[in-house]
Amino acid sequence: MAALSTAAGRVALRPSVWARVGWVLLAVYVVYALGRLDFSWPRFVTGLDNGARFFARMLPPRVAQPDSLLQGLTESLEIAILASCIGILLSLPIGLLAARNLMPAWASWPARALIAATRSFHPVIVAIIFVKAVGFGALAGIGALVVGSVGFIGKLFAEAIEEISLKQVEAIRATGAPFMNVITYGVMPQVFGRFIGFATYQLDSNLRNSTMVGIVGAGGIGGTLFSAFQRFDYDFVAAILLSIIAMIMVGEVLAAWVRGVFLEKGKVEEE
Amino acid sequence: MSAALILRGLVKEYVRGKRVLDGISLAFDPAGMTAVIGPSGTGKSTLLRCVNRLVEPTAGEIIFGGRDIAPLKGRALREARRQIGMVFQEYNLVERLTVMENLLSGRLGYVPAHKAWLRRFPQEDVDRAFALLDQVGLTGLANQRADALSGGQRQRVGIARAVMQNPKLLLADEPTSSLDPKTSVEIMALMREVGRQHSIPVIVNMHDVELARRFADRIIGMSGGRVVFDGAPVGLTDDVLKTIYGGESWLH
Repeated sequence: MAALSTAAGRVALRPSVWARVGWVLLAVYVVYALGRLDFSWPRFVTGLDNGARFFARMLPPRVAQPDSLLQGLTESLEIAILASCIGILLSLPIGLLAARNLMPAWASWPARALIAATRSFHPVIVAIIFVKAVGFGALAGIGALVVGSVGFIGKLFAEAIEEISLKQVEAIRATGAPFMNVITYGVMPQVFGRFIGFATYQLDSNLRNSTMVGIVGAGGIGGTLFSAFQRFDYDFVAAILLSIIAMIMVGEVLAAWVRGVFLEKGKVEEE
Repeated sequence: MSAALILRGLVKEYVRGKRVLDGISLAFDPAGMTAVIGPSGTGKSTLLRCVNRLVEPTAGEIIFGGRDIAPLKGRALREARRQIGMVFQEYNLVERLTVMENLLSGRLGYVPAHKAWLRRFPQEDVDRAFALLDQVGLTGLANQRADALSGGQRQRVGIARAVMQNPKLLLADEPTSSLDPKTSVEIMALMREVGRQHSIPVIVNMHDVELARRFADRIIGMSGGRVVFDGAPVGLTDDVLKTIYGGESWLH
């Protein structure tokens, strides 16, 4: 305590030595890793030049195969929406089971393990597995994105539940309410807003992922894009990319509308 | 009068060997307001929460409604809890729901899950809720969100919610500790009135000795996990208060 009153003991905001060491080590590693990855200046300049030529071949965008493009887009949209709906529905009970403040260990540990497993892999890798399992097409794509959705929403939902005030839950329990009623009245009102936020974010994410799973044959515009690329139809590629951007923007509007419906300030959620 | 609630040898140890409740034995008449007073940490809140099993007693019997509810589980426990209403220090309302939904949540022990989710409560429950709103002085606030209310208003909703259960017993865990002096008096008066109207006993935990003296028919003083005083408010002399709380300077 005596140290507090002397001038020497009164230094504030001094950065720690270990933090500085950490930064230096990080800088050293970055330089080392760059060296190992064959990241050289001439290669970068050549790349820029190639990029410019490649870009020129993409303009003007040309819709070479309108049917294929339209069909690919609709399929991507369907994959995204179906996967989001199923994923959202599944992540509700799984996320609830994973909440350690509400559930006994024998329920929360398997649920948390499941969520961790579904989060480990990129949607494309999961799509490859599904294509092997159920064949080419949209079903594989939906399956892959459901897995991803459950992982994402489930984890965030469980964490949101773990942050709720248990006082409200206690009061509902004290009325003799059975378990589901405690969840509906004590838990859901506290987390529903955040759940809607996660769900709309995942819808947007699925829209983007749905354009990609096609590359491994799981349906959607990804397949059209990839084959156009392989045929060197770069102007068609550009058209496809632009239409993907348009689709994502439509998705943004949709997500914002959903949030507006469910999260109107001051309005009760289920009305 | 046969007792509405009997506690026999109630013991609670949060940590093995350290008794927060050291063999409490009490009987409560089916009417009247009892105030439980004592220093912080002496087990007043634990005592109340053992009755409706929000806290699990380590040992002892809780005779309520003709049987020992201490070992009950599952549906039987929920049915017992339906009969016991509780008012909390921090109101414990569901903040994001409306006053009406909070009131009706008192009936959640009686309504099946899908109906509860759809907010389809029996009409008579809804009618009673509106009548109760009038009685506690919150007419017109049925559709307000609970977090838009003042502390006193929230506690009134809390009391109304407990009454919606049609309970045989009303417990209140420091219901006025978060309220200003005037509102505290109003809340105590409301609870006493509710007890009389429905002929049910009211057991209140509190810190404010003067408030206890003013409203309670019977005062139980606890210290060190034991009952050290049990009688009418007139018997609460300075000496008794010293035994309960220890120290002298706060008395004068």
